[in-house]
Amino acid sequence: MSAFSAIGDDREIDRDEFTPGIEPQATWCPGCGDFGVLKALKQAMPEVGKNPDEVALFTGIGCSGKLNSYFNSYGFHTIHGRSLPVARAAKLANPNLEVIAAGGDGDGYGIGGNHLIHTARENHDMTYIVFNNEIFGLTKGQTSPTSPKGHKSKTQPHGSAKSPIRPLSQSLNAGATYIARTAAVNPNQAKEIIAEAIEHDGFAHIDFLTQCPTWNKDAKHYVPYTDIQQSDEYEHDINDRQEAAEMMFQTEDKLYEGEVLTGRYYVDDQNPSYGDEKRSTGEMPEEPLAERYFDEDAEWERTYDELLHHHK
Amino acid sequence: MTDNELIWRIAGGSGDGIDSTSQNFAKALMRSGLHVFTHRHYPSRIRGGHTYVEVRAKDEPVQSRGDGYNFLLALGDSFARNPQEEAYYGKEELKPLYENFDELREGGVLLYDQGLLDEEDVDEVGLEEAAAENGWEVVPMDLRGIAKEHGREIMRNTAGIGATAAILDIDTAPFENLIEQNMDGDMQEANLNVLHDAYEAAAELDVDHDIEMPENTHDEEQVILSGSNAISYGALDEGCRFISGYPMTPWTDVFTIMSQHLSNFGGISEQVEDEIAAAALALGASHAGVKAMSGSSGGGFALMSEPLGLAEMTETPIVLLEAMRAGPSTGMPTKPEQADLEHVLYTSQGDSARIVFAPANIRECYTQTRSAFRIAYDYQIPTIVIYDQKIQGELRNLPASHFDEEPNADPGSVLTEEEIEEAAHHSSGKFKRFLHEPEDGSNVSPRSIPGQKNGRFLATGNEHNEEGHISEDPQNRIAQMNRRLGKLDDIRADLDETAGHQTYYGPDEADYGILVWGSQQDTAFEAVDRLNENGHSVKALGVSDMMPYPVEQVSEFLESVDEALVVEMNATAQFRGLTQKEIGKYGDKMSSLLKYNGNPFEPAEIVDGFESSINGEDLAATNLKYLPAAGD
Ligand SMILES: Cc1ncc(C[n+]2csc(CCOP(=O)(O)OP(=O)(O)O)c2C)c(N)n1
Ligand code: SF4
Repeated sequence: MSAFSAIGDDREIDRDEFTPGIEPQATWCPGCGDFGVLKALKQAMPEVGKNPDEVALFTGIGCSGKLNSYFNSYGFHTIHGRSLPVARAAKLANPNLEVIAAGGDGDGYGIGGNHLIHTARENHDMTYIVFNNEIFGLTKGQTSPTSPKGHKSKTQPHGSAKSPIRPLSQSLNAGATYIARTAAVNPNQAKEIIAEAIEHDGFAHIDFLTQCPTWNKDAKHYVPYTDIQQSDEYEHDINDRQEAAEMMFQTEDKLYEGEVLTGRYYVDDQNPSYGDEKRSTGEMPEEPLAERYFDEDAEWERTYDELLHHHK
Repeated sequence: MTDNELIWRIAGGSGDGIDSTSQNFAKALMRSGLHVFTHRHYPSRIRGGHTYVEVRAKDEPVQSRGDGYNFLLALGDSFARNPQEEAYYGKEELKPLYENFDELREGGVLLYDQGLLDEEDVDEVGLEEAAAENGWEVVPMDLRGIAKEHGREIMRNTAGIGATAAILDIDTAPFENLIEQNMDGDMQEANLNVLHDAYEAAAELDVDHDIEMPENTHDEEQVILSGSNAISYGALDEGCRFISGYPMTPWTDVFTIMSQHLSNFGGISEQVEDEIAAAALALGASHAGVKAMSGSSGGGFALMSEPLGLAEMTETPIVLLEAMRAGPSTGMPTKPEQADLEHVLYTSQGDSARIVFAPANIRECYTQTRSAFRIAYDYQIPTIVIYDQKIQGELRNLPASHFDEEPNADPGSVLTEEEIEEAAHHSSGKFKRFLHEPEDGSNVSPRSIPGQKNGRFLATGNEHNEEGHISEDPQNRIAQMNRRLGKLDDIRADLDETAGHQTYYGPDEADYGILVWGSQQDTAFEAVDRLNENGHSVKALGVSDMMPYPVEQVSEFLESVDEALVVEMNATAQFRGLTQKEIGKYGDKMSSLLKYNGNPFEPAEIVDGFESSINGEDLAATNLKYLPAAGD
């Protein structure tokens, strides 16, 4: 028996397998957009043929970070902003694992912003879903990096003097190879995008618009959505980085002006993922490192045999 | 002055090859049968700036740097010979000469490079008077000229070695062998010529000195290496195959060594965006089933405080290194200090359940790094190895057989899929990763690795129930807390039985004790020998386990002496504070000798400190601080 026999188990998967048998008490508010992510994610899993034991889900802290309480896979609820570095290493340690990271806009774009830039730059083969509700949910409604300029909250009573960040443009610049925005109110598109992102071989960043009816009454689900792939107005080659950048540059403000554009913004299938790159230079073993610890025939070299020679 | 020892100091500019030259010198002496030890002093500057390395050689194992030195090879600082810079720095090329006057012993030899230093300048720094006063034998030689004749100016290092060998009457064969091993072609030939020419030139000079070269031959094959080497090799032998880090002096050394070798051992090394990420990656790799390590120095370790706490709460094994340098903040980047102890013990929120080892020397760097991995993975707890800039860079020889140990790849209490099948599950199908009461009666709940069938669980930094779900249930909280903290007692018992990390030195019965930790241990042991020779009755205990603290051993030690002097390299007596906190008594028996000027103790300083403390006299040395006993 292999040490990780769950991996690659190709039987039919039912999305209910991802629901914990005994549902932990949901602590999300009624109407929270986070339910939409959970649902789309569960629906995407059978499509990509993944079973719960081969999926490792890494979350940050926030309402969004509670995702893996309701999603029955291997889970690691890390600390605020740090899901990406933890997830990255798990993928390097065992490239056969399906690695997904998720968290909020405060978590991913604020405190974890530096990790996002570098994970995108390195193009790790993983999917990153950011629950973007333009607010800090769990700490009760403070302004987040994606809150619009002028947004009033208890910590910004005069209205925020900061412009919101453009997370997807930033990821594109940094080097992410799959970039999309979707929304809880577009369940079919959301499911498709998540499935595609999981199958993408490289860093996939999904900005997932989730309403927070508790703290952000102006949540985006009240405004019209346009699926960019279905609109004649936004014809751009999604494989062309420059065109994608241009398109995003011209349209990202619309997120704050009424209309919301969702869909795939950029897909690059040509760039090797970080793991492939590292394997190709010999910087990383071909076989999953984690397997070695279970392999009774593995040979563990001693430094005495090799390295000490130079010190004689 | 101790007889029969050479303490050779080579001084020059940072970037002038002083370090590599001294390493070769030390290795050649080791190969000729001597025991060696190096002490390195360098400024926080990449090129230029006065730097020196001492190589101490004796006919018995060398424990420490010596007191002062008896042979100076002053090469001058070549980077300072830039006329534009002189306006800023003054005549900095002279520093390697005059800045080393203070500690050169009476009757010592001072060999300097005439080729690099102008004679009028040398007159100005008062070499002649100083030499007359101290009975130094001054040997000016044009080392640069000899080097340039056969090759390049930088080979004046080799010329310096050749001249040293002639003056001390050391066989040149080991030096030649090293040159032949390390270089080839023209470089090799040029260096050999430089070595011989300088040897001959110096042999013609009539240098009269009273350095007695020690003589000995080891009865076992020796290796010479640094603490950073030993830590890295300990990690590799313990199956560590993942390292992540961000550069910071002095931790960078281990990071570099591991990065250079890991891929050859089938492992992975990652240089990442910051230290939070570095520790987080180690955690992620370990969670996914690999033995992993990260580390940093003070400021970087501060950033690791969060992932460290996460490792404690999720019971994910990792090893972190903390290579201390003088603080606070960025402090003195290239100078050693032992002032991050409290930082390492107490950083991160909550009641901490972590293990901290402080190896005292290169030998222990290897064995205790191995212990650190074994304990981390057997008990699912983060383990920290705390050491300092002194240990990381100093070279010392020891028998090669010390490293002749079998590797241990065991990832600890990890289950196979068959075992997971049999293990306890929640009715939801989730694996009980965090059992309140593990079946074997230990406090370690077996774990599964992502990708294993039926092993699903949630790891979370929040308090959680048996299968990992977030829980604030009071009974669950108590059960989980008690189990996590209970590991500390189990580990104490385990270490007492297996590891023997604490080191006793000196006679069993003695009136006085010296308590010491980390890199100052062996220097203190040398001081104990001298004190006993001087008619005192002293023994010492070197403590390596900072958490869990070896309360029993230290209590017995303190009980057995009238008074104890606690020696450490910081200003606030952190280790003494820890000892008193852990033991809760003997505060009236412990006084402290502290040094925090950026240099490690010399044995003579500990001797002086001890004598003045038992005689109740003020310390003569201004670079030390004495803290009297505090009372219980
Ligand atoms: C280091 C640290 N700082 C602050 C917090 C407190 N905190 C918890 S969740 C959160 C913000 C969450 O906002 P967001 O990431 O947008 O997620 P949401 O709750 O909206 O899903 C903060 C600041 C923390 N847990 N850790
Ligand atoms: S506070 Fe907002 S984000 Fe959090 S659960 Fe409630 S609705 Fe969702």
